[in-house]
Amino acid sequence: MIVAPAMLSSILALAEGPLDAHAAPELRWAGLALLLPLVSGVLCLLCDWMKIRSKLPAVLTIAALGGAFATILRLQGAVGETPVVVNLFDWISWTWGDGSRFHGISANVDLYIDRLTIFWMLFVTGLGTLIALYGSEYMESDVGKGYTRFFGGVSIFLFAMACLVMGGNLVMLYLGWEGVGLASYLLIGYYFTKPEAVAAAKKAFIVNRVGDLGLALALFLIWQCYGTVEYAALWKAIDGAPASSEWTAQAIPWLLMLGAFGKSAQLPLYVWLPDAMEGPTPVSALIHAATMVTAGVFLIARMFPLFVVNPDAMAAVAWVGGLTALLAATIGMAQYDMKRIWAYSTISQLGYMFLGLGVGTSFGASYHVFTHAFFKALLFLTAGAVMHGFAGQLDIRKLSGLSKVPGFRLVSWLAVLGCFWLAAFPFTAAFFSKDEILVSAFTARDERVHVLGWIGLVVAALTAYYTFRVGFRVFFGPVKYEPGDEHHGHDDHGHDHARDAHGSPAAHGGRGHHGEFHPHAPRWAIRVPLVLIAVGAILAGWPSYRTMLNHDERNWVKTQVKQSSAYQGAPAESHGSHDDHAAAPNVAGADPAHAGHGHLVLGMDAHTAVGRLGSLACIAGILVSLYLHLVNRGAADALRRTLMGSVATRWIVVGAERKWMVDEFYDWVIRLPLRVIANILAAIDDLLLDAGIVNGLGALPAAVGRLFRPLYGGVVQGYAVTMAGGVALVAAWVIWIWLRGAN
Amino acid sequence: MISIDQQLPPGDPLVVLGLLASAILFAVGIVGFLSRRNMITMFLCTELMFQGAGLAMISYGRQHMDLSGQVFVIFILTVAAAEAALALGLVVLLYRRKETLSAEAWKELAES
Repeated sequence: MIVAPAMLSSILALAEGPLDAHAAPELRWAGLALLLPLVSGVLCLLCDWMKIRSKLPAVLTIAALGGAFATILRLQGAVGETPVVVNLFDWISWTWGDGSRFHGISANVDLYIDRLTIFWMLFVTGLGTLIALYGSEYMESDVGKGYTRFFGGVSIFLFAMACLVMGGNLVMLYLGWEGVGLASYLLIGYYFTKPEAVAAAKKAFIVNRVGDLGLALALFLIWQCYGTVEYAALWKAIDGAPASSEWTAQAIPWLLMLGAFGKSAQLPLYVWLPDAMEGPTPVSALIHAATMVTAGVFLIARMFPLFVVNPDAMAAVAWVGGLTALLAATIGMAQYDMKRIWAYSTISQLGYMFLGLGVGTSFGASYHVFTHAFFKALLFLTAGAVMHGFAGQLDIRKLSGLSKVPGFRLVSWLAVLGCFWLAAFPFTAAFFSKDEILVSAFTARDERVHVLGWIGLVVAALTAYYTFRVGFRVFFGPVKYEPGDEHHGHDDHGHDHARDAHGSPAAHGGRGHHGEFHPHAPRWAIRVPLVLIAVGAILAGWPSYRTMLNHDERNWVKTQVKQSSAYQGAPAESHGSHDDHAAAPNVAGADPAHAGHGHLVLGMDAHTAVGRLGSLACIAGILVSLYLHLVNRGAADALRRTLMGSVATRWIVVGAERKWMVDEFYDWVIRLPLRVIANILAAIDDLLLDAGIVNGLGALPAAVGRLFRPLYGGVVQGYAVTMAGGVALVAAWVIWIWLRGAN
Repeated sequence: MISIDQQLPPGDPLVVLGLLASAILFAVGIVGFLSRRNMITMFLCTELMFQGAGLAMISYGRQHMDLSGQVFVIFILTVAAAEAALALGLVVLLYRRKETLSAEAWKELAES
């Protein structure tokens, strides 16, 4: 339903300018966070034109991203409880019709800055800077080749991500949404001579298109229902009007959800993310683990007021999240490629975040995004350091005991730290954030989602198992490794050793294809970001530690998320009486501290129960992993053989190893029919349009020419006779007409 | 401009003779053009046909008591002079190529 007054007020709100006239002066600089990455992207393009063969693009990018991070840090103190709209310049402002048929749309290049924006931008720009620094060394074998392209892509990604997060309206969000998709496509396909990388890039782009369709339709419907796409006006429009029962209004959360599931790799659109690991590892860490894939969580958190009024949509988000978490965890248990395992764990952890959103705790979800960003970036970057040092080797069966290889001790211990965080070991940051989500799942007022709490606990155990499967196999045990088959890894790093103080001595027990293989130890530009990110991962739990020590103090992340649109509509915080909102079943879960009272899980308070069960699940998973993958590695193989031996259990192993055939299923159900249709259409095009109409029309003049060619034999007199005969015929005809007229 | 209001009565001897001469000139020209292979002769025959057409114009001009026919012929003579220079030059060039004036020699210019 189009609410004309709401539309008018939204247009008036535009005229008023910034919401808060007394906003801090620092906010004027907010645009820098958006513009600096764009500038470095343009400079990288210039570097490419000028054929610069140095590390200059990396320096430019790191400087720009660092500048953006500093801007956000500065803003962090300046943003109050009221969101501020900073207008950069005017863009779209159209009106048409009059009276009751008055329509308008305005979407300026605005920044909508509330605490959620800043919270998100903090880790996006911070991790972006560190990972760019890491990439400056990781990509150094490509200096002069793709180095500039890589950093240009990273800059453009950060620009688009800033546009997505900071944009003041849905049009800018959409622009950033497509921009990150483009950057992701370009960077997955960075090694464009490798067919797998090209296929993965296309897959990511096309699968995301399905989600983007949902987002685009949601955008249109939001404009149709609320008359505006600008956040500030949109919240007012939602606040003022009761929940509409029109199907268009009901469809909005479902369509937004589709967009979020595409970008954040949830069922049924998760298939692109594991393949995206074909990109360079810093890209996997930055885009496909820490930042871009959380855009879906951001979208739903930002649009929370539209979700809380629709319990069915909330339950769907929770279920999709929970099931994705479970599915991805089971696949991750049976993979052998380290990066793929982390990719599936990313999907699984994103599933937790959506579970959190679905049960109403946008705080828990955002907190998990925050903690996950650090430890998953750490895990990917350590995997990248291993890959970099061992010529592209990622197979966990071919790497062992790296913590004892000189030059890899730091990397190994940081990776193990990341494993503890991913496994949500008690009193790590992820433990607290996962706790928030699971407590909300158990205490949600919607009975339909309670079982997801149990699924979440099972996934916690599986996560601990597969995480430490990698951790124990690769970093502990006897020292044993084979280099990968990346050719440049060996050639290029040969001379690195000469000038590298950390150059590792002869490989211990190396039984590689080349007897002389030396692992290439990472230098400072890889080590420093790793250490800083590890510190970040530890400090991410800080808000929870403080809350634990002082019960009255509110979790910092919760403060951030509460003072944003992610909490609008929740009963305790709503700006008025909304009976319709209060009736929404899920909303109670938004604040587990209150809702948890009286809700018992196994006879205990929900927080205590989840804390204990979660710790138990984690430790059980680690112990199983310890036995199978460190103490007695033969047992793991024996177990696999036993399971393979029986028909009843064989499907478990084969299914998990072959990723439950989801890719094959999509091949059969979607790709094959599309290919058949495409081939039919191509045949029609070839035979009917090209061969029939186009070539047919082309052949017609030639055929006519061939018909008359005998008349032109090259004898001038022949032509003259034809001409004279023709004139004579015309003359005879004229005379005949004349004679007939005369009669 | 051309006015067809005034006409000489039919059967004016100059008109009749002029038209007759023009028909003869044209017929001679066309027969010559069709029967000869020498490019210069063929060119001369086209000139004959030209003059036949010009004479017809003058005759009809007289029949209609109008000077336009004569004006036309003066222009045709000018154009024909220019065209004669061009055509003869062309013939000379063609002759230099094949050492013959026969039009048959250039039969291969046809497409088939």
